[in-house]
Amino acid sequence: MTRQTAVRPLRVAVVGAGPAGFYVAEHLLRRADLVVDVDLFDRLPTPYGLVRAGVAPDHQKIKFVTSAFDKVATHPRFRFFGGVELGKDLSVDDLRSHYDQIVYTTGAQTDRRMGIPGEDLPGSHPATEFVAWYNGHPDYRDLQFDLSQERVAVVGVGNVAVDVARVLCRTPEELAKTDIADHALEALRHSRVREVYLLGRRGAAQAAFTNPEIKELGELEAADVAVVPEEVELDPLSREALERSGDRAGAKKVQILQSYAHRPATGKPRRLTLRFLVSPVALLHTGAGGVGAIRLVRNRLTTSATGAIQAQPTDRFEEVPVGLVFRSVGYRGLPLPGVPFDDKWGVVLNEKGRVLDPDTKQPRPGEYTAGWIKRGPTGVIGTNKPDAAETVTAMLEDAAAGRTLEPVEPEPDAAERLVRQRQPLYFSYPDWLRLDELEIARGRASGRPRVKFTRVDEMLAALGNRRGP
Amino acid sequence: MNIASILATKGDKVVTIRAEQTIREALGVLAQHNIGALVVVDDARRPIGMLSERDIVRWAARNEAVFPLAVSQLMTRDLILGAPGDDLGAVGSTMVTRRIRHLPVVDGGKLVGMVSIGDVVKAQRDQFQGEVDTLQTIVMERGH
Repeated sequence: MTRQTAVRPLRVAVVGAGPAGFYVAEHLLRRADLVVDVDLFDRLPTPYGLVRAGVAPDHQKIKFVTSAFDKVATHPRFRFFGGVELGKDLSVDDLRSHYDQIVYTTGAQTDRRMGIPGEDLPGSHPATEFVAWYNGHPDYRDLQFDLSQERVAVVGVGNVAVDVARVLCRTPEELAKTDIADHALEALRHSRVREVYLLGRRGAAQAAFTNPEIKELGELEAADVAVVPEEVELDPLSREALERSGDRAGAKKVQILQSYAHRPATGKPRRLTLRFLVSPVALLHTGAGGVGAIRLVRNRLTTSATGAIQAQPTDRFEEVPVGLVFRSVGYRGLPLPGVPFDDKWGVVLNEKGRVLDPDTKQPRPGEYTAGWIKRGPTGVIGTNKPDAAETVTAMLEDAAAGRTLEPVEPEPDAAERLVRQRQPLYFSYPDWLRLDELEIARGRASGRPRVKFTRVDEMLAALGNRRGP
Repeated sequence: MNIASILATKGDKVVTIRAEQTIREALGVLAQHNIGALVVVDDARRPIGMLSERDIVRWAARNEAVFPLAVSQLMTRDLILGAPGDDLGAVGSTMVTRRIRHLPVVDGGKLVGMVSIGDVVKAQRDQFQGEVDTLQTIVMERGH
């Protein structure tokens, strides 16, 4: 097969309906020179991946990107199968017998561990679980977090860590204007958290957060922001690196943080303290067994051979009493059943998006990957667009050369029959659009962007007999 | 972004050569893989040098009998090694200032990959393009 036509289109299955999955679909469907069918699968009933379940509820503007995804979904050759999981409802072999090409876009679904004693004490959690909980992810909505604790440490200074610290510092009134899940809003109403520490391993100049993000931390309604003055002084290595790279945003970031050192406390009920040059070495327990304190080692900065700035532990330690710890030291991809995995980088084993056979290191015909499960958890939402484009270029090259799978049942109806048989309660895109309307309508009553459904049963009940394509 | 995010999409092959092999063999390997540089490794696969097409051209211009020479005679021993966690900003600027086109990457003493200046430029371009794209989408969708 070298030319895809309306009679025999190129049939593609995309697994994972986050940004990477939608960008792959978009790049494929906008080709004027060939006809492509895209079936997008997700294990959740709802699309958008981390835009729905990861992006913080008080950052609604970022969620506008979903309108671009909805446009992709209006294409007549696009179908969505929500609530259908690879490895549970469908196998890779099932997909092979129905599609010419398969693309894995399942993201980085788990978090990295700190690898320190006490990490699993009650009261120590992955930040990603807290995020999924407050965003109403059905798998996490029943988790419990002990918000009766007054002192909380958030380990890490990336986007997720900053989101968690900010949400913990928001007032119920601020949160009530967002689409935070109802159960989380209710729990946070009774929060007794007073002190939040954000802990960065390297210096202020190396912190991953952006300038708008740290300015936002300085403008919280009910929390004063604080830093330790000597931790935000610009050290000679960082100064040189900033000058050499001409990084003005980086220099500005340090200035903003330094300005926080001179801010008097204004008596707000909460305080958020940004710490730098510290790494956790252990979580210590209280008599009752839960987390009672975090032991930190002070770091100093050194330069690697390539000029990258690294943290090196010193022999100075301190203990900070905290009753709740959220770790956010990186995401990691999970292996998919039947798909080669590169354990070293936590990604699907691939070369520029082509999945490789682990033994021969040659591409496996018809299998591809994009997004975080291809390159690891880096970049912003839009970074997945050029990333998806690279994968689609490889797919189209291979299709033109006839290097595809050889499905025995390539008809769109056959794929749908299979899904219906394995998961009769699957959700179509029209189902999602209906849920979306209902969520928005529920929100309108209380002046919120939406009130999310957080249980699959609830979603099924809400759709009633309207379900189906 | 760091070096790991580049290596993640390069499979895990690094093309290497031994110091005692000949330039004739090295040229064969370069041609076979259509690449511009080889990492020279010892018995334990630790990088001890780099051999680039430029190193060979420089010698060949002075000495036509370059083919039978040993890789060790031509290779660059002044090696800069990257680590998976190194920021691409720092890596890029070091590669530009030091005029390095290929950077072997080592983790725990083991060779785990190689990044080229082209890889670094592409990763940074994709990162900036992604940021611009995200902002554009947000601005455009707000207007609706």
